[in-house]
Amino acid sequence: MTPTTLYQKLWDTHVVHEEAGKPSIIYIDRHLIHEGTSPQAFAGLRAEGRKVRRPDLTFAVMDHSVPTKDRLLPIIDQDAKLQFEALERNCKEFGVRLFDMHSKNQGIVHIIGPELGITQPGQTIVCGDSHTSTHGAFGTLAFGIGTSEVEHVLATQCLVQSRSKTMHIVVNGKRPKSVTAKDIILAIIGKIGIGGGTGHVAEYGGEAIRSLSMDGRMTVCNMTIEGGARAGMVAPDDVTFAYLEGRPFVPKGKAFQECVDHWRKLRSDQGAKFDMTVELQAEQIAPQVTWGTNPGMVTSVNGRVPDPHDFKDLNDQKATECALKYMGLKPGTPIVDIPVDRVFIGSCTNSRIDDLRAAAQFVAGKHVASSIKQALIVPGSRGIKAQAEKEGLDKVFTAAGFEWRDAGCSMCIGMNADVLPPHERSASTSNRNFEGRQGRDSRTHLVSPVMAAAAAIAGHFVDVREFDVAPVE
Amino acid sequence: MKPFITHSGLVAPMDRVNVDTDQMVPKQFLKALTREGFGRILFYDWRYLPGEKPNPEFVLNRPRYKGASVLLARANFGCGSSREHAPWAIGDYGFRVILAPSYADIFYNNCFKNGILPAELTEAQIEELFQRTEKQEGYSLTVDLPSQTVKDKHGLEIKFDINPSRKEVLLKGLDDIAQTLLHAGDIDIHEKSHAASATMFEKVDVKYYSDAH
Repeated sequence: MTPTTLYQKLWDTHVVHEEAGKPSIIYIDRHLIHEGTSPQAFAGLRAEGRKVRRPDLTFAVMDHSVPTKDRLLPIIDQDAKLQFEALERNCKEFGVRLFDMHSKNQGIVHIIGPELGITQPGQTIVCGDSHTSTHGAFGTLAFGIGTSEVEHVLATQCLVQSRSKTMHIVVNGKRPKSVTAKDIILAIIGKIGIGGGTGHVAEYGGEAIRSLSMDGRMTVCNMTIEGGARAGMVAPDDVTFAYLEGRPFVPKGKAFQECVDHWRKLRSDQGAKFDMTVELQAEQIAPQVTWGTNPGMVTSVNGRVPDPHDFKDLNDQKATECALKYMGLKPGTPIVDIPVDRVFIGSCTNSRIDDLRAAAQFVAGKHVASSIKQALIVPGSRGIKAQAEKEGLDKVFTAAGFEWRDAGCSMCIGMNADVLPPHERSASTSNRNFEGRQGRDSRTHLVSPVMAAAAAIAGHFVDVREFDVAPVE
Repeated sequence: MKPFITHSGLVAPMDRVNVDTDQMVPKQFLKALTREGFGRILFYDWRYLPGEKPNPEFVLNRPRYKGASVLLARANFGCGSSREHAPWAIGDYGFRVILAPSYADIFYNNCFKNGILPAELTEAQIEELFQRTEKQEGYSLTVDLPSQTVKDKHGLEIKFDINPSRKEVLLKGLDDIAQTLLHAGDIDIHEKSHAASATMFEKVDVKYYSDAH
C-alpha cells in the first residue's frame, strides 16, 4: 500500500461526496462559533428558512469583545452588547450550546475546545477564525473559514473543499534553555515567510516538536496560519492522550482506551510523500522578537533591526521601509535597546497554564519597571484562571505589578477596552503585529511569555537566556 | 449571489505586498450584525486621518482613481484574519475584480462567496499592469471570465488560469448551500457510518443545548 500522510488519512475519512475535477464535500465533526463572525451566518439561515443540521456538534462562546474586568457591570460598548445579545438569541433559537461570558468554562474559543476535550484527534474542526489551526496540535484537521462558510456548515455540517498540498516542517534536536514553542514557530515563519505555506496543510515533526507539551504544540499550530498554511498538525502520541484523559467531553474508562487505540493510528506512514519539506535545527533557535508589521519580520533577541537595503527584492525593501517607519525604529538598533510601554500576556497563542507558569516563574520576587504603563495577564479561559489561582500565580503577578484579568481575546485584537494607544510599543505574546492590530498606530512586538515577562521587568527587551530560570515550554 | 461574467472598469493600484485583512476592515468594524455598508470603511486607517478626514496620500483618495472597480494588488493579498468583512468591504466599495500574483487561502475563498473575481496573474504581468496604470490616467481593463482574459484598449491581452468549478460558481452565481444539499443523502450515509457525537461526560457550565436534538 502507498504510504499516506496524516492529512490524507483525515481527508479520506471525511469525504462525503467527490467527483473528478470538482472540489469535494467533506464532513465537519466540530463547529466552533463566536460572536464576531456568526451573526450574518444565522441571519442567512433565517432568511432561507434553514435549520442548524447538527446543533449537538456546534459550540458557541463569547470571547472576541468580552470585557476582561468588571464583567458583572453592564456592557458599555453598545455594538459589542448587540453582538452578545444576537449570539445568545441565535443559540437559544437554534439549540446551540453557548458558553456565555458568565459561564465558568468561558474562554477564547481555541483555548476551551481543547481544555474541555471537545477537540479530539482524528476530527475535522472549523471556526470563523483563522487561528482554528490551533486544534491541529491534537492530530485534527482544523482551519479557519469565512462567515459564508460558517453558514454553510451550520446548514449542512459539511464544507466544499479542494485537497491542499502538504508540507512537512521538521524541527530536529533539543530546544535550548528559555527557547519556547513561540520562538520555534516565529523562527519557522521567519524562514518560510508569511506566504510560504499558502495552499498547504502543514504537519510538524522532529524531536523538538515531540518534546513539547500540548500547550506548546498548540502555540506552534496556532501560528501556522501566520506562515500562510491554513492548517497545521502534530500526530497524537502519549502526551496527547494524557492531556485528554478525564476532560469533560472525553470518554472514560474502557471507551477511552478504545479511543486511544484508534488515535494511535493517526500518523503519517513511513515514507509518506509531502509536497514540500522544511527543516530547522532547534539548537540554532534563539528567543525571537518581531521588529516589523507582520510575523515574518522577526529576528533573534541578540539581533538588530534590519536595514531595508539588506533585502534583495524591491518589494521587500519597500515593505521593510514602510514597517520601520510605522514602528518608529531605526535600522541597526539592537533589539535589546528597544524600550517597551505595555506588556500583554494572553491570546489564543500564549495564555495557557504553561505560559502563565513560565511567566510567573520569571517575575517571582521581581517588579515591573517604573517606565511600563501597563502589564496585563489575561488567562485564555476561566478554567485556566482558576487553575492559576489555585497555584498562587495570580498573587505572584499582582505582587510584581501586573494586572490579573478575566478571560478573552483582549489586547490581541483590541475589540474590548484593552487597546494599545497610538505610538505606544508592546511586548505581546499574541500572534499578529499587523498595523493597527492592537490599536490604531500602535506598535506590536511579538514574543514568548517569558520574553514578555522579562521585558516588563526590565522595561526593554532582554535575552532571557542570560537569566537563571528553569527550562519552560 | 450576483453572478460574475465580464467586467470593465477603472484600475486602482495597491502597491504593497502582504496586504492583510486587518487593514481592509479594522477590528472596530467587526461588531456589525449585517453584511452591508462596509465600503465606507474599507482600508479605514490608511484612508482616513483621525476625525475621518480623507487622507490625501492614500491611493484610493486620489481623484484619478475615483470610481475604480478593478483592484491591482501585490503578492499574498488578503493574508491574516479570516474575516469575510474584508471582501464584503471590497465589494461594497465597488470592486468586482482583484488582480494579484497570489492570495492568502481564506481570503481567496471568501471572494468567491461574494461575487468577486480574484484573478491570479504572474509577477511580470502584474508589474506591467502597475506601470500602465501609473502612466495612463483613466487606465481601464476588461476582465472576461468565460474566456479567462484581461484586456486593455491598447492591445494588451493576458490569459489567466482559474479552477473550472470556481469559475462555474461565479458565472452562475450559485448558492453553495443549495448545491451541497443536493447531496443530503450522502451526508446522511456519512453520519450513519461515521457517527460523530459530542457527548458531555462531565457537566460543564453551558446553556441552551437540548438532548431532544
